[in-house]
Amino acid sequence: MKLTWWKILCILLLLFVSIGGVLLPVPRLNILNETIRNVYFHVPVWFGMMAMMALSGWYAVKYLRTNDADNDLQSVEFANTGLLLGLLGYVTGAIWGNYAWGDPLPKDPKILSAAAGMLVYLAYWLLRGSFRDEQQRARVSAIYNVFAFATFVPLVFVLPRMTDSLHPGNGGNPAFGRYDMNSEMRMVFYPACVGMILLGYWISTLRIRLRRVDAALFEREDQLAERSRS
Amino acid sequence: MNEFKALFVKEIQLEWRQRYALNGMVLYLVSTVFVCYLSFRLRAGELQPVTWNTLFWIILLFTAVSAIAKSFTQERAGRLLYYYTLASAEGIILAKLVYNALLMLGLALAGLGFYAFVMGNPVGDWPMYLLSVALGALGFAGTLTMVAGIAAKAENAPTLMAVLSFPVILPMLLMLLKVSKNAMDGLDRSKSGDEILTLLALNAIVWVLSVILFPYLWRS
Repeated sequence: MKLTWWKILCILLLLFVSIGGVLLPVPRLNILNETIRNVYFHVPVWFGMMAMMALSGWYAVKYLRTNDADNDLQSVEFANTGLLLGLLGYVTGAIWGNYAWGDPLPKDPKILSAAAGMLVYLAYWLLRGSFRDEQQRARVSAIYNVFAFATFVPLVFVLPRMTDSLHPGNGGNPAFGRYDMNSEMRMVFYPACVGMILLGYWISTLRIRLRRVDAALFEREDQLAERSRS
Repeated sequence: MNEFKALFVKEIQLEWRQRYALNGMVLYLVSTVFVCYLSFRLRAGELQPVTWNTLFWIILLFTAVSAIAKSFTQERAGRLLYYYTLASAEGIILAKLVYNALLMLGLALAGLGFYAFVMGNPVGDWPMYLLSVALGALGFAGTLTMVAGIAAKAENAPTLMAVLSFPVILPMLLMLLKVSKNAMDGLDRSKSGDEILTLLALNAIVWVLSVILFPYLWRS
């Protein structure tokens, strides 16, 4: 097993977060109480998703410019990991919401727009399924990916900030500003964000390598079949 | 510019020759409004202004999807190949975008007229409401034209069209609902300033992206 520096960093950061996130002191706040520790897990997961979606969009653009099938692989797998992290964000959010707001899924603009954002990537999945020709699939889904990402960003970042929301950082509240995090919490929170993004990247690279192997095997089989025919 | 003009005229002529499609869209709109009218009348009580507004936008959204879905499927593959040899991709998408925008504007205004006639008219600030409808028509045309092009490449295009376009169009729809609700209640215009700016920005994103991305789609 070969571990590059960022993988080791990822392991260390997440270990630190999972121990420190539970044990280090947090401010006592009304209603939130100990559930505030969820901020170390719930928020970084969403950050990880954003990073994966952005990478997916980046590789989609790269595919359109180079027509290299490898970029398409990366684009898909980053989108898949993003979807996974998004689901985790939902689960952690529902647990938190259950205790802090008394409802696992309140009608909150941020939750709804995140749901719509996930729908975009489910639609992307469906779109990929409806092509037989590989090149066409790669090209058309890359186009949709870029198009969707450009509308997904205003959906998640801009719109919830224009209405009142239960989440901090909306309806004119500062997001990570004055009141909701002290320096002790930041010490855990920032590593958690970096760690989660690295973890997402790691998962994606594993899947990408698997896909590359698959593609190579497929090609090899093709060649063998051709040789035996001639 | 010349190319754009020729292609644009072609779109109009194509529509005019197959008038049944245009009539079909108008009839679709009218009958949906009528169905809504009957369905709501059967229940006692007035329609809430919020429901009035939301219903109008949903009707418009579905009309737009079915009207624009055909913009790439009505011509056969051979003919598209012929255009490919003649015209640039930018010219084609621009012609289609502008044509669809005009079509949507016409449909939306006609629909609004009929809707207000049938379902009653609670709108307080008409110029503002018309502005939101116009912005909506432009935005729908921009988003749906590109998605129609994408869906036309795949199998079972109609389902895909709806699935692909709804999440993409959602931010726009939410903004439109808010602006038109403000206009309907006759609120002060400065209340909707932010939303209108966001809508303009969204429209710009969608139109520019369509023009940038369409050449890639066209080549395949």
